[in-house]
Amino acid sequence: MSSVETVRRPRPKGGGAAGAQSLFWRVSWLRPLVLLTPPVGWFVVIYLAALVTLLITAFWTIDPFTTQIVQSWNLDNFRIIITDSTYWSIIGRTVGIATLVTATDAVLAFPFAYFMARVATRRVQTLLFAAVLLPLWASYLARVYAWILILNHSGVLNWSLQSIGLPPANIGYTNTAMWLVFSYIWLPFMIIPVYAALERVPESLMEASADLGARRWQTLRDVVLPLAAPGVVAGSIFTFSLTLGDYITPILVGGASSTFIGNVVYANVGIANNIPFAAALSMVPLGIMAVYLFIAYRLGAFEAL
Amino acid sequence: MTEAERAAQELSPKMGRMGAEDPSKVPPSAPQAEPPKQKKPALRIQGVRKSYGQVVAVAGVDLVVDEGEFFTLLGPSGSGKTTLLRLIAGFERPDVGRIELGGRDVTNLPPYARDTNTVFQDYALFPHMSVAQNIGYGLRIKGAPRQVRERRVQRALEMVRLGGLGHRRPNQLSGGQRQRVALARAVINEPEVLLLDEPLGALDLKLRQEMQIELKQIQKEVGITFVYVTHDQEEALTMSDRMAVMSNGQIEQIGPPVEVYEQPATEFVAGFIGISNVLLRDGVRFVIRPEKIRMLAAGEQAEPGMTVERGQVEEVIYIGVSTRYLVRLDRGEQLVAVRQNMDALGDAQKFEGRPVRLAWTPDQTYVLGQREVKEAR
Ligand SMILES: Nc1ncnc2c1ncn2[C@@H]1O[C@H](COP(=O)(O)OP(=O)(O)O)[C@@H](O)[C@H]1O
Ligand SMILES: [Mg+2]
Repeated sequence: MSSVETVRRPRPKGGGAAGAQSLFWRVSWLRPLVLLTPPVGWFVVIYLAALVTLLITAFWTIDPFTTQIVQSWNLDNFRIIITDSTYWSIIGRTVGIATLVTATDAVLAFPFAYFMARVATRRVQTLLFAAVLLPLWASYLARVYAWILILNHSGVLNWSLQSIGLPPANIGYTNTAMWLVFSYIWLPFMIIPVYAALERVPESLMEASADLGARRWQTLRDVVLPLAAPGVVAGSIFTFSLTLGDYITPILVGGASSTFIGNVVYANVGIANNIPFAAALSMVPLGIMAVYLFIAYRLGAFEAL
Repeated sequence: MTEAERAAQELSPKMGRMGAEDPSKVPPSAPQAEPPKQKKPALRIQGVRKSYGQVVAVAGVDLVVDEGEFFTLLGPSGSGKTTLLRLIAGFERPDVGRIELGGRDVTNLPPYARDTNTVFQDYALFPHMSVAQNIGYGLRIKGAPRQVRERRVQRALEMVRLGGLGHRRPNQLSGGQRQRVALARAVINEPEVLLLDEPLGALDLKLRQEMQIELKQIQKEVGITFVYVTHDQEEALTMSDRMAVMSNGQIEQIGPPVEVYEQPATEFVAGFIGISNVLLRDGVRFVIRPEKIRMLAAGEQAEPGMTVERGQVEEVIYIGVSTRYLVRLDRGEQLVAVRQNMDALGDAQKFEGRPVRLAWTPDQTYVLGQREVKEAR
């Protein structure tokens, strides 16, 4: 591959740093080339190659007796996914919960980000930033387990409900639990882009709106929300795709009917050893994300990232 | 009905209806019977101060602006013009003092509750709305029906000569066009007072001069009170009915352009507006404008009553319509004299380095020191 060759392109010798400097100066395209080659090469080899392999594998099958991969092109895997209603309900559940989580995070993140960007003092802003980002340093598993302790039958939630005389809420190991945990875990990924978008709304536009007679809520509706919308869409790319591809939370906090696309993929890779089918099924969230990203792009979300 | 009234009626259906009823209600003889109508002030500012921490931005301002007046706040950068405008609009609250709009105390009202509209220096157009939506936003908030809104937006677009561009986004317009949108967006609401903060500051000279004329015409047409902020003395002089010269958060002088130019109240005003020569003679400080100084030709007699002083031309500056002479008086000061370029080409240059006699009529000088009188009171 040509990009690999350019990585090995001999560096200018002899002159040391000064020599390299003057060479970079004389050959204007050399510096960007040297700077870009490693990341672009990395991207091409690791990322795209893996995707292409996945795509190709999806059109193969396995021999049901030997469980060996049969490299003959066919659409069997896709036919199974489309015709078997089990897969439809799994895909529907995954997309549905991902949508719900995204909506929840958008609703939670907006007022929080608004407060951070436009109300809080610099000190409070820094504190809130730390509060938002700190959980990301903790292990994903630890945070999910913490929720198990909360939502458990004998967990913190029921204990609290009981102590104020309310009946227990049995939401541990249900889709509700998944919705709560996902919303919690991905919330920072929504808050940050919404904050960035709100931060960039010029003060003078809000003054102009007030000047034209708009009350605070009208300014929020007509000026702030539309201008922060790309940030919300950008955040939703994270929350939606992260939920869509997850398979750990369904195992840990989900119940009997909480299987996600990722769980089926995992089962086919690890247990059934049917890698072609796993590959074909992975194409589903990939396709959904491609459509989602295209819509987000049309909504101008990438300018807000 | 005057031309201006008719034009204002065009823009406002509300005013139009009132105007149509007028003739039947008022008998022809009524105007003579009534006492001459007192112009009611559109804006009254009393003892307003505003500081930001240690910085005093507005240091005690009193001001009355009449209905329909084109009033300019002129002053150098940092003199508190923007702050004063923001106090009127309601973006800032004064530390002390009182602000009235149309006779109503609005000192503690938020911007949305005040009958003012602002043309911002950076225009502050909503980037996610079309030009028409921007202009119609104020009416939309007031709950005007769609049809009324569309008609008036259309008319406003035509007023600022942007007909046909209503569907565009602000970022698809030139600087001058954006400026017009900002103006239309404010004027369409027919506020008691329209506030403009250096609205032409971002435009190039040619466009600025065009817009000055256009702005003034629009103001006459709609008859709205304008409070116009600028640091450009020429702009202030050409456009205003009256102007206030500001310095360090205070008003140095208020008056019509002619008065401010011809009779500057303080040395600051004299120096800030136009070129002025300040002389101290017999314990009196006075100002003499360059164009009021006669350079006498060799052997020419000064007219009776004129003051004559001798000096030497240090520099001759050709500026197209006129020539500016820097003259060092024998008594030490440097004066600037201006003459129209009526002499033969290149003649003016010959004066350089020559001794000359300068003459002026004492009537055309203006004695400084009113400020001291004012402060003594
Ligand atoms: N928000 C603010 N915070 C602190 N100081 C300010 C603020 N706004 C204006 N000032 C100060 O007040 C003074 C007047 O400013 P301004 O009203 O903008 O003057 P102008 O519009 O005449 O240039 C300046 O010294 C400026 O630095
Ligand atoms: Mg200013």
